[in-house]
Amino acid sequence: MTKITENTVPYSNISYGTEPTRMVRFMRRCFIIQVFNFFKLNFKVMRIVVGGHS
Amino acid sequence: MAKVVVLGAGISGHTAVSYLSKALKNNHEVVMVSPNSNFQWLPSNIWVGVGLMTIDQVKFKLAPVYKKLRVDYKQAKAVSIHPEGNDKNDKGFVKIEYVSEEEKGKEEIVTYDYLINATGPKLNFDATEGLGPDKFTQSVCTYDHAAHSWDKLQESLAKMENGERQTFVVGTGHALATCQGAAFEYILNIAFEIKKRNLMHLADLWWLTNEYELGDFGMGGAYIKKNGYITPTKIFTESILKEYGIRWIKRAGVQKVEEGKIHYENLRGEYHTRDFDFAMLIPGFAGAGMKAFNKQNEDITSAVFVANGMMKVDADYTPKPYEDWSAKDWPSIYQSVKYDNIYAAGIAFAPPHGMSKPMQSPNGTKIFPTPPRTGMPSGVIGKIVAQNIIHAVKTGTMVHKHKASMAHMGAACIVSAGYGLFKGQAAVMTVNPIVPDWEKYPKWGRNINDTVGVVGTAGHWMKLFMHYMFLYKAKAKPFWWLIPE
Repeated sequence: MTKITENTVPYSNISYGTEPTRMVRFMRRCFIIQVFNFFKLNFKVMRIVVGGHS
Repeated sequence: MAKVVVLGAGISGHTAVSYLSKALKNNHEVVMVSPNSNFQWLPSNIWVGVGLMTIDQVKFKLAPVYKKLRVDYKQAKAVSIHPEGNDKNDKGFVKIEYVSEEEKGKEEIVTYDYLINATGPKLNFDATEGLGPDKFTQSVCTYDHAAHSWDKLQESLAKMENGERQTFVVGTGHALATCQGAAFEYILNIAFEIKKRNLMHLADLWWLTNEYELGDFGMGGAYIKKNGYITPTKIFTESILKEYGIRWIKRAGVQKVEEGKIHYENLRGEYHTRDFDFAMLIPGFAGAGMKAFNKQNEDITSAVFVANGMMKVDADYTPKPYEDWSAKDWPSIYQSVKYDNIYAAGIAFAPPHGMSKPMQSPNGTKIFPTPPRTGMPSGVIGKIVAQNIIHAVKTGTMVHKHKASMAHMGAACIVSAGYGLFKGQAAVMTVNPIVPDWEKYPKWGRNINDTVGVVGTAGHWMKLFMHYMFLYKAKAKPFWWLIPE
């Protein structure tokens, strides 16, 4: 995503958020990393759901 | 032979009736009363709202599924409950009114041995003047609403393609509304669609919320592990909005909507307006509005339900200040405080208090999110209520072996932000437990090892995977019970 405010406006609300670097953007779409994340996150969610009730 | 009646075929009620049928259908009677003829997978309504799915992809007819499950399905709405029966009936019963074309308006008395109230929320658009798809704003709370939103969104997109600037406002439409996650997901998807069409230079996108800080999501915010830091969801949420070019207005309670103009009050007590061309605002939620009567036909609604129509269960409803709230206040078996054979599952149960700190403007307007109950906890609650009833029916003893407090249960929130196997992304947040427990986890309020906040294509795959997996489960296809809630 490209932000609409191309310039940082000091003291505006939006100026305090972090932004992903090119490396992070690449990792978010990197197939191998995302396949790994898919299984890791599914396992985590499954563990939380199953462990949350008796 | 026992008779179990379930009111409401949402995620919680449908889950409960599926387990009840699996265990009891051969020797007992299971009844479903729901005014809806379709089951809808609510989380995917967001994709209907941006034209990426059709309504037929997020819903299916209930009647054939209930026929297969041998559940007696009545397409009707529950009008009142009579837990002690009346002078003609010794058993508790529910008075229902059919809504199907063939039997519209016909009333019937449905007796029960066990009753599960899973009626879900009433979308209380009337609580905010001018709110709702029949008036000036859109909604994604049902598939019809989402489809209508998409029609309206297309009008705005067409205007932008003709060079006209458009303002989009998405968020909460009432000072005490919840379900910020759905609205958050919707605005990210709108931004994605606008970006896809190279129209961002003509869009003003605004997130309007009653949260004190962004990322509160009605659960008092959370801390998540992210890139080697433990980060508050405030930073996580603001960063995502910034990345998508969305500005925000927080601490705002919407008072009134007119054509193209939202009036809101903020926590400072100031009154402001925000112009819009397209707005999707989540309404406040209330209970289904059923009445309750005792054997003498006296109104006992206030003993069974709280003021907003949600059912009182095994929670601690003693009014207490925020500092004294405890995870122990939350219910674990969802049994009615007044009647042992009545349960409330999903959104139908009354929470003991919020999770977000109550806030009030100098004018006395309460502006803060009420607690959310998303699909995952709703499904789990429906399941454990059904399991406890099955145990009681089979053994004749009510011991409540199965428990699921939201103060012990975790949840995952998958906020899609674009669509496509390789281009789609989603933010995945997990928290455990949902209700912060500051006694057990004094530093972060929750188990920090179980929390995560990541953005990536994997999240989008998860959301798609869950869409197909849960629809498979809801259709009661072979081995559906192996799929967790």
